[in-house]
Amino acid sequence: LALYFHIGEREEKCIIEDLPSDTLVVGNYKVQRWDIRTHDFLESAPGLGMFVTVTTPSGEVLLSKLYGPQGTFSFTSYLSGEHIICFQSNSTRFAVIAGSKLRIHLDIRVGEHFLDESAIQAKDKVNEVNVRLEHLIEQIHHVTKEQDYEREREEKFRKTSEETNSNILWWAVVQTLILISIGIWQIKSLRDFFISKKLV
Amino acid sequence: MPPRGSRGPLPPLLLLWALAACAARASEITFELPDNAKQCFYEEIAQGTKCTLEFQVITGGHYDVDCRLEDPDGAVLYKEMKKQYDSFTFTASRNGTYKFCFSNEFSTFTHKTVYFDFQVGEDPPLFPSENRVTALTQMESACVSIHEALKSVIDYQTHFRLREAQGRSRAEDLNTRVAYWSIGEAIILLVVSIGQVFLLKSFFSDKRSTATRVGS
Repeated sequence: LALYFHIGEREEKCIIEDLPSDTLVVGNYKVQRWDIRTHDFLESAPGLGMFVTVTTPSGEVLLSKLYGPQGTFSFTSYLSGEHIICFQSNSTRFAVIAGSKLRIHLDIRVGEHFLDESAIQAKDKVNEVNVRLEHLIEQIHHVTKEQDYEREREEKFRKTSEETNSNILWWAVVQTLILISIGIWQIKSLRDFFISKKLV
Repeated sequence: MPPRGSRGPLPPLLLLWALAACAARASEITFELPDNAKQCFYEEIAQGTKCTLEFQVITGGHYDVDCRLEDPDGAVLYKEMKKQYDSFTFTASRNGTYKFCFSNEFSTFTHKTVYFDFQVGEDPPLFPSENRVTALTQMESACVSIHEALKSVIDYQTHFRLREAQGRSRAEDLNTRVAYWSIGEAIILLVVSIGQVFLLKSFFSDKRSTATRVGS
């Protein structure tokens, strides 16, 4: 749990994960609170919890739970798209008090099924290679899933580009027609007007 | 993602060295950076570890962001303004907390989505050579080459995914802009041309006496 960042006590911080469907995501976090007396982050802060909320691309909430100051959460995506993982502490103190802030350590792993460490240390040659091969097969499956999802997204991209192309063409034609018809109407209207005013 | 921290049984003497040098980690996070905001990330790195920071802006404005990497003493190791994508490799010269920040403070109203990947240390070997009596068997070396190839595949895939996301974001921006601009232009065209005719008519309607004098 090495990478960390700071947020305000009542602030909500979200990260975005673009996932294919049926992907397992496991997250580890640890949160520490700033102590004004020691001018450092407390090693453990009892009573401090973290709301973890995961939202699917369709806006539905997949996971919304309160965890302790240190925890692991996981979820499996059933839709493909951008999932939003949000963290907010359950602190009821106002952040105005002495500018307190929180330190969040975060580690998110996507699409991994962890190796069983004990199986590797079984010192059995065949078993070790077996386990590694299984892990490689998992990785290849993840790559394939990502590729399928990439195909979907590229199709959406291509549709948007083609729509822009036909939009430009259609609007140009419409504007030219408006221009011509308005021009004709202008001339006709003015000519009738001048004739009625006996100027022509 | 390749397995981390998985190795055969190590003699206790080498354990500490292994923890310090082979502690390979990679964190990749995609987050939203609001306008006029700065987001910093910190990581504790041991001396001599080779690290790589890579970032890319996926959506927002001109798709650029300021990035700054500082060592524990505050010395700036890497500083770039308004970059769309970059990759920076460095070796930690001392132990301590390294800090890198992304800043969108130059932007007034566009918020950006930034992706970064911070890799610390090299990956531990799949089949560690500490307690080895014989060379790697064919199976094991095949595993190692497949593993390396897969790492490369995943790396390329991530890059491609990010570039595609950026391209798609630009295409959607363009589409919206074309639609709004065209509608606006058509309305302006109609309003101006109809207005012109009525304005001209009004010039001649008021000064009827002047017109007859001109005519005669």
